[in-house]
Amino acid sequence: MQRMQYRKVWIFTGAHNKNCKNENAGGDASGIPEKEGVHMGANIYKNKKPLLLFLLPAFAFMIVYLYYPFFKNIFDSFMQVKELGISGEVWNDPWYSNYVKLVQDKNIWTSLKNTVIMTLVTIVGQVGIALVLALMVDNIRRGAKIFRTMYFFPIVVSATALGLLFNLIFLYDKGMLNQILSALGKEGLTDWKEEKLALFTMMLPVMWQYVGFYFVIIVTGLNNISEELYEAAAIDGATKLKRIRYLTVPLLHNVLCTCVVLAVTGALKVFDLPWTMFPKGMPLKSTFLTGTYMYYQTMIVKDIDYGAAIAVMIVILGVILSKAVNTIFKEKDY
Amino acid sequence: MKKHKFSLSASAVYLCLILWALTTVYPIVWVVQNSFKAKNKILEDSFSLPLGELFTLANYRKAFENLDIFSAYKNSIFISGMVCAIVILLAGLASFALVRYHFKLRDTLYALVVAGMMFPVFATIIPVYAMETSWGIAGTKNWWLSMLSIILPQVAGNLSFAIIVLTGYIRGLPIELEESAFLEGCGPVQIFFKVIVPLTKPSFATVAIFSFLWSYNDLFTQMFFLRRPETRAITRLLNELSSNEGTDYGLMAAAVSLVVIPVLIVYVFLQKYIIKGMTAGAVKG
Repeated sequence: MQRMQYRKVWIFTGAHNKNCKNENAGGDASGIPEKEGVHMGANIYKNKKPLLLFLLPAFAFMIVYLYYPFFKNIFDSFMQVKELGISGEVWNDPWYSNYVKLVQDKNIWTSLKNTVIMTLVTIVGQVGIALVLALMVDNIRRGAKIFRTMYFFPIVVSATALGLLFNLIFLYDKGMLNQILSALGKEGLTDWKEEKLALFTMMLPVMWQYVGFYFVIIVTGLNNISEELYEAAAIDGATKLKRIRYLTVPLLHNVLCTCVVLAVTGALKVFDLPWTMFPKGMPLKSTFLTGTYMYYQTMIVKDIDYGAAIAVMIVILGVILSKAVNTIFKEKDY
Repeated sequence: MKKHKFSLSASAVYLCLILWALTTVYPIVWVVQNSFKAKNKILEDSFSLPLGELFTLANYRKAFENLDIFSAYKNSIFISGMVCAIVILLAGLASFALVRYHFKLRDTLYALVVAGMMFPVFATIIPVYAMETSWGIAGTKNWWLSMLSIILPQVAGNLSFAIIVLTGYIRGLPIELEESAFLEGCGPVQIFFKVIVPLTKPSFATVAIFSFLWSYNDLFTQMFFLRRPETRAITRLLNELSSNEGTDYGLMAAAVSLVVIPVLIVYVFLQKYIIKGMTAGAVKG
């Protein structure tokens, strides 16, 4: 490879003088490669002037809209911000008062508890169900594509629309589920949104929506396992279940790790569906997640700097959880 | 291998797979069929097809009269289309430079990109809103400015992901084509538009689909930036609807159908690309 390019360099320097009209490139060409192994790529892109044009827009965006606000938000959490849209100018008294409030706020603990439950539900439910479905699809001859299409569909639909849909399904006054249950002979109606069932009702759709996502990832991972390994195992007398246990699952280890990491980070970002189904932490503020509580404090209670403090807490929680996941599910090389 | 018989275990597997498929497909069918029924009929019998006397278009009539669905669609498509276009252009340029140019800060910049994926939107939204207010973009009555105020943060939110996907792809392109373009007298900018862009099309499609859908479905940012009725995008409109008229089940069903069906149609035709686009971040490499 290197050698071939080297050769071309000489061709190019000859041809260049005739054809190249571009000034920038013209500057490049003056430096005829002297050393061996200088390759053409380095020559085309030797002039660094266009770099600024290429990089500046994207990085300006990221610095102005991600990095600066991220640090500004930390400052905001120590300041008095009276109104959304106004920057804080006075420090809180004491400056860490929002964090004292954070520890004493009962709703924070509810939201943390719910978020941790949500994380577990997404790991076990989403990745677990996806794994089982993927293993099943791997064993069938026909229809794998159709199943994939159907399983993935909910991810494309906005979670807000799904929230409305599940409101109808879980409706007390004879929604879909209560109609099914009474058709099956159950007496009385179940209030799916009462305190005891609220968490279940909220997490089920969130879990359900993303199963297809992990399903696709795991199926892709399964397709990468070579057929020969299975044949060899079959010859050695391993049953189907044993092959799954001792061959498929270990070989999928890294894929499953990716899924778990994605599930955890995904669980922390959940907002749309819970907020549509259970706005303002209904009932009795028992369904808050960290994200929805941050929104509630910022937009409904209008305690902006407290909202900023909750956002800081969300970041810290995210770091802790992903560290934990990384230590528990270490990636391995095979 | 010998021809497979109809075995018990295989049919059990199919049964399980079909059951899960029912959970993902049937709720949509159910809501669409109920959108053609009167409210009280939904509560009595939601499983029968809306035929004969059951059939009514009243919910849709109400939806079009009361809700500005077309304007919400227009806003949504405008916002997501712009986000998608700007992300592609900026991320494409940056990825090209990050892959092909060798310079001191390259690794640092790439690390900045990867770290950019980690910021949850919760942690940036308040300062972003304040910043845009001080520039006079956010919280104004002007439609164009409101659109701009939501497009900009959404672009920033998608750039990191887009750059990671695109650099992965561009790195795999053979440099020979760029060399011959160079021989023809193209500068780096021309090389980018005439060589890199056409070759990177599949990856651009991935990024486009991801950022479009992400922006289209993102309720959180819309709640902050689209507060005036005429600026509402689809998801924002649905949220508004469910908090104001949550008990009009027929209207709810019609609204959900109106939002889901176009997406369903697009999905059926583009599913291969959409699935690839949405999972690209996870299975890249």
